Amino acid sequence: METIRMKIDGREITTEAGKTILEVATENGIRIPTLCHLDGLEDIGACRLCIVDVRGQLVTSCTTQVADGMEVQTQTEQVQEYRRTILELLFAEGNHICSFCVSNGDCELQDLACELGMHSVRIPYTYRRQRIDATHPQFLIDRDRCVLCGRCVRVCAEVEGAHTWGFAQRGSAARVITDLDVDWGDAESCTSCGKCVESCPTGAIVRKGASNAEMRKRTELIGELTERRARG
Amino acid sequence: MRRRLDVLVCSGAACASAHSAEVKEALSREIAARDLGAEVRLVETGCMGPCELGPVLLIYPDGAFYIRVAPEDAAEIVEEHFLKGRPVRRLLWETPEARRIVEEKKQVPFFEKQHKIVLSNCGEIDPENLEEYIAVGGYEALGQALSERSPEELIETVVGSGLRGRGGAGFPTGLKWRFVAQESGPTKYVVCNADEGDPGAFMDRSLLEGDPHAVIEGMEIAAYAVGATHGYVYVRAEYPLAIKRLNHAIEQARRANLLGASILETGFSFDLEVRIGAGAFVCGEETALIASIEGERGVPRTRPPYPSASGVFGRPTLINNAETWGNIRHIVLNGPEWFSSVGTERSPGTKVFALSGKVCNTGLVEVPMGTTLRELIFDIGGGIPDGKEFKAVQTGGPSGGCIPAEYLDTPIDYESLQELGAIMGSGGVIVMDEDNCMVNIARFFLEFTCDESCGKCIPCRAGTRQMLNILDRITDGDGRPGDIERLRSLGETIIDTSLCGLGRSAPNPVLSTLKHFGDEYRAHIEEKACPAKVCTALIRFAIDAETCRACDKCRPVCPVTAISGTPGTPPYELDAEICVRCGRCAEVCPFGAIRVETGPPKRDT
Repeated sequence: METIRMKIDGREITTEAGKTILEVATENGIRIPTLCHLDGLEDIGACRLCIVDVRGQLVTSCTTQVADGMEVQTQTEQVQEYRRTILELLFAEGNHICSFCVSNGDCELQDLACELGMHSVRIPYTYRRQRIDATHPQFLIDRDRCVLCGRCVRVCAEVEGAHTWGFAQRGSAARVITDLDVDWGDAESCTSCGKCVESCPTGAIVRKGASNAEMRKRTELIGELTERRARG
Repeated sequence: MRRRLDVLVCSGAACASAHSAEVKEALSREIAARDLGAEVRLVETGCMGPCELGPVLLIYPDGAFYIRVAPEDAAEIVEEHFLKGRPVRRLLWETPEARRIVEEKKQVPFFEKQHKIVLSNCGEIDPENLEEYIAVGGYEALGQALSERSPEELIETVVGSGLRGRGGAGFPTGLKWRFVAQESGPTKYVVCNADEGDPGAFMDRSLLEGDPHAVIEGMEIAAYAVGATHGYVYVRAEYPLAIKRLNHAIEQARRANLLGASILETGFSFDLEVRIGAGAFVCGEETALIASIEGERGVPRTRPPYPSASGVFGRPTLINNAETWGNIRHIVLNGPEWFSSVGTERSPGTKVFALSGKVCNTGLVEVPMGTTLRELIFDIGGGIPDGKEFKAVQTGGPSGGCIPAEYLDTPIDYESLQELGAIMGSGGVIVMDEDNCMVNIARFFLEFTCDESCGKCIPCRAGTRQMLNILDRITDGDGRPGDIERLRSLGETIIDTSLCGLGRSAPNPVLSTLKHFGDEYRAHIEEKACPAKVCTALIRFAIDAETCRACDKCRPVCPVTAISGTPGTPPYELDAEICVRCGRCAEVCPFGAIRVETGPPKRDT
């Protein structure tokens, strides 16, 4: 295997070709914020929070492979400011009021806000109001808490193979749907496996019966599952 | 059988909507009535260019060019011109400057300054007739390529020509070919991107409608050069005529052994199919287009891997824009030196532009690269109608920027336009005059990209929405201090962090107007004034008491009865509280007594 010598935040790192910047950084204990990335799923570079600076160029670390001689900066002032703005755009777009949320205390969006030092949202809220779909016997989806990371769509297709989740519409009207935009309870392809619940980074897809701050998710489950499958 | 006269009837989009089909029918009737059927041949062609003047007719061998022909003119044209040999002068092109009637198409300034390579057959041949295409040299380049050139030679020819992608980004076409050729594997694809989506752009459409075989031939040559066996032409469903003609051309080429198995009995096989897109703007982005061809949701993927390594169904894919494909056969036939002798050093060849907006000769034009914006707009375009003042030109559609008057002498090439904050884009050119509000124009383009964003990445999806909300407020009279800075900072974030070209260029119209027309933004925000008097929330109508003659023309047209008065007893009164600022009264007033005011009301002293 080809050996790669590179630098992340000034640290000399030796690794192997074929890995992404995010993988190498994580292996070396360097934290890069992510949202649409989930161990075990294919990366799509959608949330843009994992951007890093590679000699003045901004790239998503989850989709960019390391190369020999690469110099990566994960925390430049510009990168940090952009990450904060992107996060604020997300908060302004949905209805992310933590104190009313079942996932309060176990939410990747909330964690990111703390991590990136987002003290307030400088961007006006657009107050989307979408119907909550609680037609499934075990789970429900509150689309106003959805960040469109597509983890449910990918886990359902890549791991479960059910292809229940998909996207509809585009731009700020884009949303996740079940089957051909039927109520979740009527989605015949759904196996009720619950992987979408465990994958969802926010309080958008949750188990019924959880009250404020009671929802706990096992997002690491998907990575463990795919790893065990790969081992056979 | 050779006939005495060929009558070419333009059936391009603009002429078709100006009833060119009825003109053709009327001509056909009149020709039959005078028993001239054996002498005169009627041909339906692709777009001839001067769309503003349609329907247009071109008569060969005379070269006479008729404009604004109505079905009622058919009898006179057939009787006077076709039968008696006297062109109908009142329907010939009259040049606005010299008031000179031009009897031959090639003397018209609109055509004189153009250099047609890609469009050389558009408007000259019947696009549904393979023999006509072959008669003007069609498929000669393919024949030469397959029988006399090696794939490597062809790639070197395209590299040497310096041809750059005509879809907008300007990537060297030959390099793309080389990348795909270097990939191993039995299955490779070539793709034609004809998903033209910019408002006001119709270059690819006109090429596919007017000369579909040229695109097919270019793709075949490339397929041979890079080792592809299958191709896709991705066209949007909004172009039904282009799809029909393309499918027709593919069928014809297959029957003539110019497409399919062992083309021209050389052993090289290649086939093509048309994929119809649903008209999402983002599908013009190559990775989204590829996803759409595969049957997936048309959203962009991150690059690398580039399509040359992993494109359609994960195979090496060569994707070029329709106009780029149209150049290939000319380069193969005439050589790279010939091609690079046209245009500029870094941007060789020609570029097709769709001229629209506030310009006299709207239409489709092809000029050498390096032509200045002034030549394009004033010489070929004929300048601004109604004696108005030029204000700005938008190139590159919603991904481009507005260029003000001081840069009119900029040569059109990829780098020069980019330096001004605009882009070459696919070729849409929208001209604006003093009556256009630049804030409103920026808002229009941003509304388009915001609506067309696929929603995959956050900066584009939510950022353009936030920018649009700010622009909505500004044009609505609710601009606030800090808005300009907010627009700029959001714009920069979106450009730097978005996933694909759509997001990375979406703020351009706003940022370029902020740069060149910052005063207009400040007037909107600080003075609540729209200098161009366009933004309805910022203007007021009033009747000038001195000028009003009480003719009573304005009162009946007002939709909300805001105007009152007695005929013959001036002045009339306009109640600004009721007025909805539709402007109908100003349009009908014969004395110019309706004033449009903007900014804070002047206090009576």
